[in-house]
Amino acid sequence: MANIPEDLHYSKDHEWIKVEGDIGTVGITDHAQHSLGDVVYVELPKVGDRFTSHEAFGSVESVKAVSELFCPVAGEVTEVNETLNDEPEKVNADPYGAAWMIKLRIDGGGEVDKLMNAAEYEDYIKAEAD
Amino acid sequence: MTTPKATTHVTQNEALIFERSQTGRCGYRLPALDVDETPIDELIPSNLRRDDDLAGVPEVSEPDVVRHFTRISTWNYNIDLGMYPLGSCTMKYNSRLNERVARIAGFANLHPLASERDAQGALEVIYELQQHLAEITGLPGISLQPAAGAHGEMTGVMIIRAYLDARDGEASSKRRVMLIPDSAHGTNPASAHLSGFTVKTVRSTPEGQTDLDALRDLCSAGDVAGLMLTNPNTVGLFEKNIREICRIVHDAGGLVYMDGANMNALVGWARPGDMGVDVIHLNLHKTFSTPHGGGGPGSGPCCCTKELEPFLPVPRVVRGGDGFKVDYDQPESIGRVKAFYGNFGMHLRALAYILTHGRDGLREATEAAVLNARVIAEGLTSDYERPFSDPPMHEVVFTDKRQGRKGVNTLDIAKRLIDYGFHPMTIYFPLIVQGAMLIEPTESVGRQEIQQFVEAMRAIAREAQEDPELVRTAPHTTKIGRLDEAAAARKPILRWKPEEKSATA
Amino acid sequence: MLRSVGLESPEELFSTIPADILLTDRLNVPDALSEMELLARFESLAAQNAAALRPSFLGAGAYTHYSPTIIDSLIQRSEFFTAYTPYQPEVSQGTLQAIFEFQTLVCQLTGMEVANASMYDGSTALAEAVLMAERVTRRNKVIVSPALHPEYLHVAETYVAHAGIELQQGGFDERTGLSTFDDAAVDDKTAALVVQSPNFFGCVEDLAVLAERAHRAGALLVVCVTEAISLGLLKSPGACGADIVVAEGQSFGVPVSFGGPYVGLFATRERYARQIPGRLVGVAYDREGRRGFVLTLATREQHIRREKATSNICTNEGLIALAATIYLETMGRRGLQEVAAQCAQKAAYAARKIGELEGFSLPYSAPRFNEFVVRAPAAAEGLLERIADEHNITGGLALSRYSPARANDFLVCVTETNRRSEIDALVAALKSI
Repeated sequence: MANIPEDLHYSKDHEWIKVEGDIGTVGITDHAQHSLGDVVYVELPKVGDRFTSHEAFGSVESVKAVSELFCPVAGEVTEVNETLNDEPEKVNADPYGAAWMIKLRIDGGGEVDKLMNAAEYEDYIKAEAD
Repeated sequence: MTTPKATTHVTQNEALIFERSQTGRCGYRLPALDVDETPIDELIPSNLRRDDDLAGVPEVSEPDVVRHFTRISTWNYNIDLGMYPLGSCTMKYNSRLNERVARIAGFANLHPLASERDAQGALEVIYELQQHLAEITGLPGISLQPAAGAHGEMTGVMIIRAYLDARDGEASSKRRVMLIPDSAHGTNPASAHLSGFTVKTVRSTPEGQTDLDALRDLCSAGDVAGLMLTNPNTVGLFEKNIREICRIVHDAGGLVYMDGANMNALVGWARPGDMGVDVIHLNLHKTFSTPHGGGGPGSGPCCCTKELEPFLPVPRVVRGGDGFKVDYDQPESIGRVKAFYGNFGMHLRALAYILTHGRDGLREATEAAVLNARVIAEGLTSDYERPFSDPPMHEVVFTDKRQGRKGVNTLDIAKRLIDYGFHPMTIYFPLIVQGAMLIEPTESVGRQEIQQFVEAMRAIAREAQEDPELVRTAPHTTKIGRLDEAAAARKPILRWKPEEKSATA
Repeated sequence: MLRSVGLESPEELFSTIPADILLTDRLNVPDALSEMELLARFESLAAQNAAALRPSFLGAGAYTHYSPTIIDSLIQRSEFFTAYTPYQPEVSQGTLQAIFEFQTLVCQLTGMEVANASMYDGSTALAEAVLMAERVTRRNKVIVSPALHPEYLHVAETYVAHAGIELQQGGFDERTGLSTFDDAAVDDKTAALVVQSPNFFGCVEDLAVLAERAHRAGALLVVCVTEAISLGLLKSPGACGADIVVAEGQSFGVPVSFGGPYVGLFATRERYARQIPGRLVGVAYDREGRRGFVLTLATREQHIRREKATSNICTNEGLIALAATIYLETMGRRGLQEVAAQCAQKAAYAARKIGELEGFSLPYSAPRFNEFVVRAPAAAEGLLERIADEHNITGGLALSRYSPARANDFLVCVTETNRRSEIDALVAALKSI
């Protein structure tokens, strides 16, 4: 059973975002890290880069797969988790904590409200599995 | 139950050569310099010369080198040892006779820039091989220049692009889509990309065939340059609708490229040229038995229709009035894809293969390759899930679906097969088959060995039920166990460094 | 066996192939030859390759060096030559360890930090280097030295034709024989300068100066080496500041074999490791802590990243890379230095003797390694044909093959395999004509 914290918002691309004021912290879900397997490399953008929702902002690699990371909402990158360069394995160990990936200054427009809550995301991954 | 592995045996613990190096050891001797020596400073000033004294390059004796490579060689599985059923790779027997042919001094010592008149024998070899491959594929235009399958693919796709540019002029810029089935080798999209095409995926039907409706739909957009198709496809089935597939693509103004990786199922029985295919590459290291060499060299001749011939790489080897010629006068050519004439040493071996088999032998080899795959398909159906019911050609795909219920997956089955003395099959390819195991026996295994393989696979299926842990922790009989590939990729160590005691430090 | 799968005739094996495609006639291929007949056939073809059987001073991308006997003996071990790509590390450690040693040796010789498991040859390695330079810099102009091997340039042109890369020609100093790069041309759109050293005309380029020029504009320096033995004597491209080094590894004990199979070397800086084409082998450990080797960083490659891969290469030149590895380890540190020194000395001797001949001159003043251009008093092609016919020597390569303007120029290459008597015979032959 995947770990799905209550206080986060979720995208269909299996990213989570935690919203504090106009800053959103983004990472990939426990379910996503589990399907990827051992993460060996994380490629992240630079501070100041701008992304729209669903736009690829980086990628995450396991030994035999590459997956793109999609921005859950539009915004400008204000911080990047550089520690993942040296310790990509954190993505497997602590996807909602130490392995946060980027912080964004969220553009207005209510995109956050269109994301799923924990219960909806749980249903979504169940539906995907069927 | 794990069998303990050898831990102290000297041949199992051969170090890196750098770790064996001892200052002052020497494994070579040259004749003394027989010209008057000029002070080196007068020839090349010191700022252009090495100042590191080649630090780190090993110093070892000749027996050191021979033992080193002999020892590490024993850690390799190989065709001469037994069945190597790597699907899509056609690991057939590599004749020693062909090795001897390639080493004849008149070939091995022939410089590629020797003048035509001084290299007639070599040009004849190239010309004759071209003729035979044209006959085998039914496609008369041919270049032996590409050095491997992917290189031949790139060449073929560039030919398609050049042809369309010549045919359509400016309008050709609207045709930039290459269709590739979801079951294709990864080299196909990578090669298409190199030629400036974007890739669209054609899905397969549940029966493992190209979906004609999907193909028609994709072709209706009017932007299709061509289709890259493997036939037999990567699930080991002949594309029954190949004529219709070619017609759909041709009607839409595109061309059909065939990946010839699986030609071992067709030689002497059917020809891509007769199916409507426009251009194909062959893998001489698969179908025509040139050795795989631990990952090459290969050779990837590109064969095409008369219509596409002007676009083949330069130079071309042709027959002139008084011998064989190297023809550079091909104004529509895509250009050169490799220096000189391609992997000539492989051309020699492939020609020797064709000549020692002869017309009947080539056909019989194909027959035996398909029959062997058929025996495996029949033999394993009771124990493994076979996702497609059509009879396979020269290779057959199974999955780990039944074993998965016990937590045993394809990787585990492959590793356990090593303990039975076989090289694993190709695993997790094609991507459209979950947990795929692609098995290609080739014609080079006899009935007994096929039966041994089938029995080994069935024994593993039983173990997966009765003792899944045994399978999950395999192999148990090799020098090392499964390696931590994730750790290797996170902190890659890609060379030995002298300042550390060893690469492990 | 047919019966065991319920079939009566071989034709039934091919029942899924539509009847109108199945071949009805036998292939128009000759009947099978026996071993004796086959050898006789090939021996007679080989005998028609006159150039293989006489003393030769041909180089220009393919070099005749001595190959210690153990190389061919070891690469013919079944375990090496009948294995394939080491996809299953537990049963491929021999190949994997050999590749790891190859990567290390390539780094040592080129002065670089990461080397791959091989490319097809030097020419395709160079083309891949040009594509990589564009990926790394996101710039699309590449300036190529006119003293690059013409066939390498031709291959690069084919590879980049649809990649949105513009290849520009750099300058050439007709006095020194060296490449020049105009300050104005090297700008902020320039992805790389591409230079061969020793260059096609045998002249040793000052790579440190060129590296500085490239880096000033934020571009990469791509260095190409066709005569890899020169690395035993010349400063490594890495030590000069090169960013990507490619080389033809044929000189390391591989026969000239009418142009292939050879082996491309490809090396770069650690920071560009994820942009490198081709396979890489790295160290890995099993659960009990034993060291082994695996294919690694595979996500760059076509079987995973498909059209976004760093290259379409799959099969490389494994066995030839092994031959080069065995050569380098057998010759070792001192052997490589000695071979390189002998090449330079013998070439210097030949150049001096030819330069003294009435009517012949050596047009370029730059230092050379083992090749040099000779300007003859008459058309070089005819001259070389006469030397071959009358003196049984292949005296070099007429440069008119690549450039009609160079009708009287020919390129002479001398290696440790050319005895002094051969050099003297060449000089005498030139004198007599």
